[in-house]
Amino acid sequence: MTRTLIPAEPAVAGTGGDPGLRHRLAERGVDARLLLLAPALLFFVLLFLYPFLYGLGLSFQPAEGGRLESYRKFFTDPYQRDTIWITLKISLPAALLNVLAAVPIAYRMRGRFRGRRLLTILLVVPITLGTVLTAEGLLNYLGPTGWLNRILLKLHLVDQPVQLIHNYAGVFFSLVITGFPFAFLLVQSYLSGIDSTLDSAAATLGAGSWQRFRRVTLPLLAPGLATTFCLTFVLAFSVFPSAVLVGNPAGSTRVLSIAAYQAAYEQYDYSMASAIAMVMAVVELVVIGLVLLWRGTLYTGSTGGKG
Amino acid sequence: MAVSTPQRFAELRLAGVGRRFGATTALSDLDLTIRSGEFVALLGPSGCGKSTALNCLAGLLPLTSGSIWADGTRIDTVPPERRGFGMVFQNYALFPHLTARRNVAFGLQMRRLAKDEVRRRTDAALRLVQLAEHADKLPAQLSGGQQQRVAIARAIVLEPALVLMDEPLSNLDAKLRLEMRTEIRRLHQSLGLTTVYVTHDQEEALSLADRLVVLRDGRVQQVGTPEELHTQPVNWHVADFMGYRNLLPGTAVSVAAGRAEVTCGGLRLAGAAVGPVRAGDNVIVGVRPDDLAVGAGPNAIAAVVEVVEYRGNDVAVEARAGDGTALHLRTTQRLAPGDEVTLISDPARLLVFAAEPDAAPSEPDSAPAAPAEVRS
Repeated sequence: MTRTLIPAEPAVAGTGGDPGLRHRLAERGVDARLLLLAPALLFFVLLFLYPFLYGLGLSFQPAEGGRLESYRKFFTDPYQRDTIWITLKISLPAALLNVLAAVPIAYRMRGRFRGRRLLTILLVVPITLGTVLTAEGLLNYLGPTGWLNRILLKLHLVDQPVQLIHNYAGVFFSLVITGFPFAFLLVQSYLSGIDSTLDSAAATLGAGSWQRFRRVTLPLLAPGLATTFCLTFVLAFSVFPSAVLVGNPAGSTRVLSIAAYQAAYEQYDYSMASAIAMVMAVVELVVIGLVLLWRGTLYTGSTGGKG
Repeated sequence: MAVSTPQRFAELRLAGVGRRFGATTALSDLDLTIRSGEFVALLGPSGCGKSTALNCLAGLLPLTSGSIWADGTRIDTVPPERRGFGMVFQNYALFPHLTARRNVAFGLQMRRLAKDEVRRRTDAALRLVQLAEHADKLPAQLSGGQQQRVAIARAIVLEPALVLMDEPLSNLDAKLRLEMRTEIRRLHQSLGLTTVYVTHDQEEALSLADRLVVLRDGRVQQVGTPEELHTQPVNWHVADFMGYRNLLPGTAVSVAAGRAEVTCGGLRLAGAAVGPVRAGDNVIVGVRPDDLAVGAGPNAIAAVVEVVEYRGNDVAVEARAGDGTALHLRTTQRLAPGDEVTLISDPARLLVFAAEPDAAPSEPDSAPAAPAEVRS
C-alpha cells in the first residue's frame, strides 16, 4: 500500500488509502480491530477445521473397496449401526431429564434467601469432579456390595442386589450427575434475565403461581431451555468414559464413541473410525437442527419487560 | 382457581401499616383511609417508603405490622391474585411475548370469562386508550407512551376496585408526561376509579390527586388536599418538597400571636409561625420563589443577582444577599447578573418552622467556600 502525502488524489492511493472506502468498511464493522480475531481464527482452523476436513477425507479413503466402503460397512453391520440408537437412547433422555429437573429447582431458587449460595455450590459441585471420579463413586455406592444395595438388602426390600451399574442405568446416572449442574447453571442464568416485575404484574392480574409460570415465565424461558437442551445433549452424546467405566461397553451401552475408538485403536481402521465420527456429527446436527427449528417458532425477543 | 370478582368497597382503611427489610424500616405506622372514587397520591423523595406502601396495598409485599381493611373485610392476608386491584408498574411490566391485545386480555382470561366477552372488553379498553390500531403489535414495537397506555388499559380492563400506579410517568419525556397526566385524570373521572398514585414529582401529585400523603423516611408527614399542602405545609420537610426553595436556618427572636420575628444570618425577617415555635428556638424560614418579589416593602433584603434562567412567562433568579445567603425568586422583570435588587416578601407567606435539633435544610445554600487551590 502506498501512502501519498497529497490529499487531493485519494483514488490512486491504493486499497486502504481511500477514505471513502475505509469509512464505508468501518460502517460495516470492517476495520483494524478485526485483526484481534486472528488468533482465534488460527486456532479454529488448525485445531478444528483442518482435523475435521482431514477426517472427512479419511472417511472416504477406506483400505479396500470404493469410496463409500466405510459407510457401507457401518450401515450394513447391525452391531455398528445400532450404536446410533444406543447413543440416542442414552443421551436424549439424559439431556431431557437434566433440563426438566433444572427448571423447577432454578425457578424455586429465584430471588434471595438464606443459604442460596451454599445450595448453588452443592448443586454445581459435580461439574468440577470430572466423569472418572463420579464413575468411581457410582461403582462404590450403587455396586452389588455398595451402600445402596446393602441397605436395600438389610431392609429386605430386595432379595438380591439390584443391578445399577455396568448397564444402561449406570451410564444414565452418570450423565445426569455430570450434566445436571451444567443445565442448572444455564437455566438459572436464563431465568435471572427475566424481569421479576412480570411475575408481580401477572399476580395483580389474577394469575396464580402455576398460571404465572405457565403463561409468563415458561414462554420467555423456552428458547433458553432449547439452547440448554442442545448443549447438554451434545455433552451426553459424546459420552465415553462413563460408558466404559459404569456401562456395558460391549453391549447395551456400546455408544458411537466406543465404536469409533475400537475401529481406530483396536482394528486400526482409521477410515472406519473417521466415518463413525462423521455419522456422529450428522446425527448430532440433525437433533440440534430440529430443536433449533422448534426454537425458531418461539418468542425470542427481550425478556426485560421494558421495550 | 377462579378469581373472585373484585369487592367494591366504600372505604379502604390502612391501620398502622408497617414494613421492615431486615434492620431497616421502610414504612412505619401508616394510617390512611381511602374513600371510593378518590384519587390519592403518595408523595415523597426516593426511599421514603411510598413504593413499599403501594406494594403492600397490592399484596406483593407482606406487612410486618398493621392491617388493611376493605370496609369490614381484612385483606392484607389475601394474595395479590385474589385482591382484584389493578397495578401499573414504573417499567410498565408488559408481557414482552404477548401482543398489546393479549396483554390487555390476560387478566380477563385469568377470570375465565367467555371468549367473546374477553374480546369485547379488550377492544373497548384499547379504544379507551386510543390504541385500537396497535392492538396486534408486541410491546417492543410500541413507543414508551403507547406501552404506558397498554399498561393502563391492562390494569383498568378488569374494572378493579382500586388502581395502583407506581410512578407511571417517570420513564416518559416531558411532553408525553403532560399528555399522559391529563389522560390518567380523564380516565379516573370518566370511569369513577379509586386510584392510589405514587410519585416523587410534587407538580404531578398536585395536579392529579384529590388528596396527598407526604412521606419521609417511612413516616407520614402530612395528609391533605393539594391546596392545604401547597399553602400550609406542617414542617420544613414538607415545605422543601412542596417547592419552598428558600429554606433559611435562623433563630426566632420573638413570637407573638402566630407572628415570628427571626434572624437569619444578617437578615431580620417577619413571618407566620407554623406549629410550636418559641423565642430563642432554632427555626427554618421557608418562602417560595413566587413569593419573593423585587420592589419596596416588608422583609426587605438587599441582594445581587447571580444567575438568571429564562422560563417563558418569567425568569427564575438566584440572588445573593449581603451575608452570603442564596435566594431564589421568580419575576417578570428583566434582570441581569450583577444587578442590585431589593427583595420583599409578605410576612403571611413567609413560614417559620421549628428546626429539629438533628436536621438542617437539605440544600443549605451557604456562602461558597473559598475554592481550594490545586497544587501539583
